[in-house]
Amino acid sequence: MTSRLDAAELRRRTQELMAAHPPATTDRLTFLEARFDAGLAWVHYPEGLGGLGAPRALQAVVDAELEAAGAPDNDPRRIGIGLGMAAPTILRYGAEEQRRRFLRPLWTGQEVWCQLFSEPGAGSDLAALGTRAVRDGEDWVVDGQKVWTSSAHVARWAILIARTDPALPKHQGITYFLCDMTDPGVEVRPLRQITGEAEFNEVFLTGVRIPDAHRLGGVGEGWKVAQTTLMNERVSIGGMRLPREGGMIGPLAKTWRERPELRTHDLHQRLLKLWVEAEVSRLTAERLRQRLAAGQPGYEGSGMKLAFARLNQEISGLEVELRGEEGLLYDDWTLRRPELVDFTGRDAGYRYLRAKGNSIEGGTSEILLNIVAERVLGLPAEPRTDKDVAWKDLAR
Amino acid sequence: MTDLLYSEEEEALRAAVRDLLTDHCDAAGVIARTESDAPHDVPLWKSLAHGMGLAGLLVPEELGGQGATHREAAVVLEELGRAVAPVPYLTSAVVATEALLACGADDLLADLAAATSIGALAVGLHTAPGARCPAARLENGALHGELTAVADASIADVLLVPADDGGLYAVGASAATVTAQVSLDLTRPLARVVLDGAPGRRLGEAAPAVRRALRAGAALLASEQFGLADWSLTETVRHLKERKQFNRPVGGFQALKHRLAQLWLEVVNLRAAARNAADALARGEDADVAAAVAQAYAAPVAVHAAEEALQLHGGIGMTWEHPVHLYLKRAKADSLAYGTAGAHREALARLVDLQAP
Repeated sequence: MTSRLDAAELRRRTQELMAAHPPATTDRLTFLEARFDAGLAWVHYPEGLGGLGAPRALQAVVDAELEAAGAPDNDPRRIGIGLGMAAPTILRYGAEEQRRRFLRPLWTGQEVWCQLFSEPGAGSDLAALGTRAVRDGEDWVVDGQKVWTSSAHVARWAILIARTDPALPKHQGITYFLCDMTDPGVEVRPLRQITGEAEFNEVFLTGVRIPDAHRLGGVGEGWKVAQTTLMNERVSIGGMRLPREGGMIGPLAKTWRERPELRTHDLHQRLLKLWVEAEVSRLTAERLRQRLAAGQPGYEGSGMKLAFARLNQEISGLEVELRGEEGLLYDDWTLRRPELVDFTGRDAGYRYLRAKGNSIEGGTSEILLNIVAERVLGLPAEPRTDKDVAWKDLAR
Repeated sequence: MTDLLYSEEEEALRAAVRDLLTDHCDAAGVIARTESDAPHDVPLWKSLAHGMGLAGLLVPEELGGQGATHREAAVVLEELGRAVAPVPYLTSAVVATEALLACGADDLLADLAAATSIGALAVGLHTAPGARCPAARLENGALHGELTAVADASIADVLLVPADDGGLYAVGASAATVTAQVSLDLTRPLARVVLDGAPGRRLGEAAPAVRRALRAGAALLASEQFGLADWSLTETVRHLKERKQFNRPVGGFQALKHRLAQLWLEVVNLRAAARNAADALARGEDADVAAAVAQAYAAPVAVHAAEEALQLHGGIGMTWEHPVHLYLKRAKADSLAYGTAGAHREALARLVDLQAP
């Protein structure tokens, strides 16, 4: 490979791919596999693993060419956990054989991934998790319960952290595994939420056998490996450009304009305050985007999720009030298992209830405030009593 | 396209202003000055306005100004806010200058840019853009009347006076009786202007000039408020890392950490809103909405930051000796300046079509 990997070269390679596999007449999966093999899946990944070792920013060039030609994509929203969390972790810690086995079907979406991290007894304090993995010959035998697992009912694989040594302090006795969701010991039950839907699942693991070859990183190094996963979760939040009234404030403003009979002075005052806050948060997100594009570290990112969680909750709550009699109704309580989550979808009542999760999922607002205080402002951490105690001796 | 960042030149300008303020505008000096009959720091103003040429940032080069934009003026205001500097930058180099620009009063603009003269728009500091304001009476070519709450009038050389014929008049300060009013904000003192047959020179139509001047004042005030808030947060964080009670740094208590993290979020938002307002004025696009959004957001944040700073400093924050009261007084006065947050929300209701019942 002698040609320089610039935008022109990537454009050329993308056209070459489409010439060899015309998107209109090629089977979707075949096209995606060919794209992966051509190194055009994620150009910043290494050669042979869907990439070309090119700068990450050049991906946009490939995507634009393919989109213009109407080529199929890998439906990234459906496989977000695989792309955003499992893949970077496998890339960083996986053995060569693991990377070759897992990354291709992960990227094409042929194999969906889910994340088996949180437990009923380990939420904000994830490192306290109690799911046990015990070595048995060439396998590990896993028993425990995981929760808040989106996509578990469609997933083929899971990233899993489990306790391999209860006698060590909690951060040290954890190991990271790739778990086959078709193992007979894996039971997935829908977990119904306050919206009536079951976006998430509970996953019960009973005598699940995981070959040692599916361990990621060293025994006892699971916490370190999981940091890569969790860091990538935070990176994937934010970063898109919103127009004015682009978020949850949009439907509320629309209702206000279209339904003058619902207006009151009190609602008007609250609407204007929230409109201003939504606009300012949008500007902050835009400023963060501009900083990242200019190669400046953007601390604003730590705060975006906090701000949007509160705004989404207050805006949707106001909209329920604004709707008066309709606000007393709900569109549908049927238990469904959606594959995708649409925060601004359905009616105001659904949005109000779903937004309650925004300050819990992906790190509670309380934990995020700690992170801002300690990492951004440099304030001291709370005194800890759990760091040097064996996990088995912790209060629970 | 909106640019919400700071350019390298803007950062260099900030560094120069900050250096000057670090050397010549310490809190003890500001407090001592507020206790004197001359609260304004004239030597500092000379250094900023004349020495660094900052009085003419918004004035075209052919009139002796810098021909810069509101983005640069906003950076200067961030630093002046951070130091609660008692200089008439916002009132003369932004508000009076904008009114003169609207009227095309080139000779007066040249004087302001050269820092040989300080201007003050003779409109109450609390007036929102577009709001009605008292006008002087024009009788036989001379001006009569009393105008109150005029910021920095006591140091101004030329007063820009709206009159009841719809014109904006330039009046030499020596032709008026200017009396200091005891002001909440000691670092931006107000004055009463009494005109008793003062001669004036008609510059142009008052309404559009005053409106433009107040809109620029409101938009760029947000940058000053950002400076105030950022100082309050930074200083409070510093204090809480050092201050120990119960055998721990007070800043390690989660109840306080969460309050400061919340404040940080507000300050980060304020910076984006203030940058957006300055950029919108500079580009002349979306300026009404950007200014109203910035002022609807900035005032409560700056007040909140100063109030948190006072509370979290504990007893020392309540003393005259500690500078936090300067920031509280400025922040609270700023929350009225060029229209309250509520007035700007009302303006937005019209601007973005979210009409009242």
